[in-house]
Amino acid sequence: MKFGIVVNEGPYQHQASDSAYLFAKAAIAKGHEVWRVFFYHDGVNNASKLVEPPQDDRHIVNRWTKLAEEHKVDLVVCVAAALRRGIKEENLAQGFRISGLGQLVEAGIKCDRLVTFGD
Amino acid sequence: MLHIINKSTLGSSTLDTCLNTATGGDILLIEDAVYAATKGNASAAVLQAAMGRFKFHVLMPDLEARGLGDRLIEGVSPVDYGGFVDLTVNNKSCQSWL
Amino acid sequence: MSDAKKFMFVNRKAPYGTIYALESLEVVLISAAFDQDVSLVFLDDGVYQLKKGQQTKGIETKNFSPAYRALEDYDVEKLYVEKEAMEARGLTEEDFLVDVTVLSRAEMGALMDEQDVVLSF
Repeated sequence: MKFGIVVNEGPYQHQASDSAYLFAKAAIAKGHEVWRVFFYHDGVNNASKLVEPPQDDRHIVNRWTKLAEEHKVDLVVCVAAALRRGIKEENLAQGFRISGLGQLVEAGIKCDRLVTFGD
Repeated sequence: MLHIINKSTLGSSTLDTCLNTATGGDILLIEDAVYAATKGNASAAVLQAAMGRFKFHVLMPDLEARGLGDRLIEGVSPVDYGGFVDLTVNNKSCQSWL
Repeated sequence: MSDAKKFMFVNRKAPYGTIYALESLEVVLISAAFDQDVSLVFLDDGVYQLKKGQQTKGIETKNFSPAYRALEDYDVEKLYVEKEAMEARGLTEEDFLVDVTVLSRAEMGALMDEQDVVLSF
């Protein structure tokens, strides 16, 4: 099955991004495709390459980057939400791309299931 | 339909709204909503009363993280992330009650 | 429209206290360009989003409520308010800045079951 995932909260502050990541990993492990993860609201902060957690903690941003590289997951950051919060090409982590809200609607249309993680 | 609840049911009316509005189906408790499915929690009775209309599931990694993995009430089925994925597959649609 | 999916946007949060209502509306406006079957529903505190007479000058924030009136121009015409949520907040249909269909909880639940994609904010 083809999955779309929506992440509406930033990293570390809320569990949403962790839950979404673990869900994506489990879906892939079961042979499903995670076609796109769309980051909206404060979720855009998951795409900041300036994030530096303490060494003994998980690196939420790098984890998404690695998932995208290994499984061809399209990580899309909403441009309007990103600009509001200071996420731009210049501080965008690898594996993410900035695009419009249409990408979220498209994920709803093209995916068999769309699962949202937020507050 | 799969309904996903992620907030503590004692601090938010989300579960109540879901139970009052949804026609039935699967309800999965994740994140802070998992407390509702533990013995002695005031919401456990609410879940038990709704069990005729809904099938309840709880995401065990979230319950275990919160130190309550051994207090799951009867009638709620424990799932891991793989089970969460299966629930989304087996339902035509899902709604996260944010 | 036969291959269009049924999209439902569920609004359960009040405006201004958080940004969810505004950013939800932005998605709805974009979705209109995709020729899908779009419904917009308001439950719980989400019904406050539609309150007439919002005056945001004092909080130095943009009043985005007029944009709900623009939905009609985008052919987004299915707006539903849950009756119980409306009544629990002392509101009536006359308090809303757009025409809505008021549904009972049971009707709202049935409408949710019909959807292909449910996005909540």
